[in-house]
Amino acid sequence: MRKENVGLKEERRIYTVSDLTEDIKVLLENTFPEAWVEGEVSNFTQSQAGHIYFSLKDAKSSLRCVFFKGANSGLKFKLQDGQQLIAFGRITLYAPSGQYQFNIQRLEPKGVGALQIAFQQLKEKLQKEGFFDEARKKKLPLLPLVVGVVTSPVGAAIRDILNILKRRAPFVKIILIPVKVQGEGSAEEIAQAIQDFNKYKEADVLIVGRGGGSMEDLWAFNEEPVARAIYNSKIPVISAVGHEIDWTISDFTADLRAPTPSAAAELVVAGKEELTRQIGHLLAVCAASIANKIKNSGKELERLRGAYVLKYPQNFIQVYVQRIDDYSRRQEQKIRHIVEINRHRFVNSIEKLHVLSPLNILSRGYSITFKLPALEVASDATELEIGDKVETRLNLGSFISEVISKSEKPAVGTAQCAVPTKK
Amino acid sequence: MAEIKFEEALKKLEKIVSDLEAGKLPLEESLKKYEEGVRLAQSCSKILDTAQKKVDVLTKKDAGGFELKPFDEESASEKE
Repeated sequence: MRKENVGLKEERRIYTVSDLTEDIKVLLENTFPEAWVEGEVSNFTQSQAGHIYFSLKDAKSSLRCVFFKGANSGLKFKLQDGQQLIAFGRITLYAPSGQYQFNIQRLEPKGVGALQIAFQQLKEKLQKEGFFDEARKKKLPLLPLVVGVVTSPVGAAIRDILNILKRRAPFVKIILIPVKVQGEGSAEEIAQAIQDFNKYKEADVLIVGRGGGSMEDLWAFNEEPVARAIYNSKIPVISAVGHEIDWTISDFTADLRAPTPSAAAELVVAGKEELTRQIGHLLAVCAASIANKIKNSGKELERLRGAYVLKYPQNFIQVYVQRIDDYSRRQEQKIRHIVEINRHRFVNSIEKLHVLSPLNILSRGYSITFKLPALEVASDATELEIGDKVETRLNLGSFISEVISKSEKPAVGTAQCAVPTKK
Repeated sequence: MAEIKFEEALKKLEKIVSDLEAGKLPLEESLKKYEEGVRLAQSCSKILDTAQKKVDVLTKKDAGGFELKPFDEESASEKE
């Protein structure tokens, strides 16, 4: 280190830019090997390579900051302009541009903790994506027969879950995918286990969780991969992380949040006694309904049996007998009436016939002459020849005579006849 | 019938109960329903009475696919 005071009086000491810069660099970096700095973020950018650049500023000054990828990968929250931060790091000098900058090793939001910020940010993001919508949450099966568990194979959580399930619901088959529930890579393991259960397809419901711990211990359940795996799960998921007071992103995303792993086991299946009681009740209602139905059917039968028609069938028949009787009487009258009318018409006709009968005329002194042998009525003398035999009918009897003369005068044409015999 | 899902059986049983309670079915059909109800209740009870003895661990096979191995429950209770 060249610390001599170089005055103009003495020999001029001429630095190269690099040498001077190197000297300043050493001076700066030794003077501020590490420091905490607080300020507000501005001009935030992130390069393709993942390095973060911004300035920390306050009312009067501004400090260039670099947050390299290796250091910033553990950052739980998103940086943005305007944030108040506390940064830990050291001052370095970037020789090519001659600028000094603050190389950040750790970054914390001022006021609230970093995890709190990260939690809020992810919660808001997933809320916007609809992860917490009640409408999309799946209903738990009434009685899952296969319960999938995603948790650590050691510890209170798995022990509590197994104890409760075995006691309350010994019929349930339990399948475990053991995972790391805290530390590096735990979120990915948990997410993968949920996906594996979805591929395996046997489980009716999943319990995902762990026992209590600090916010850092529970952190895996606040990470996006776990939330996404739960959101995309076709199998209903119960989230059971930590204690009653711990709310994680998993809890918000899951179809059901259980305050503890024990509570999850109790929520997942209604107890055997309860279900047995429910079935017993249903069966009792069934039996009562059937008994009632039979009783009512019996009553109905009784009622029908007591019906008037069945009790006094003869009365019922008598009505018909009487009606038939009535009909036949009326029919007889009708026929009698018809006969009477016809008889009357007959007599009438006979009387008319009688009036018109030629025989009737004979009784008044007229006679009819028939020409023999054909017995044709002779109404005109021209029809007769002398010597023809004729039969004359009188009112009583008839006689046969022979024409001996005739007159053809129209008015009073007569034929004189000799009467040989009287009939 | 033994393979019927519990939930399905219970739903059917509930339907039968409400049908019977309505009392509109002919007696003969009611009796048939009742018999079915008793049968469903029996299969439900059978499911509840089955006891699973062990817990399995689901592991992925190298060749793909899954296999179940018994879970050593003692180790779970030993350490926290």
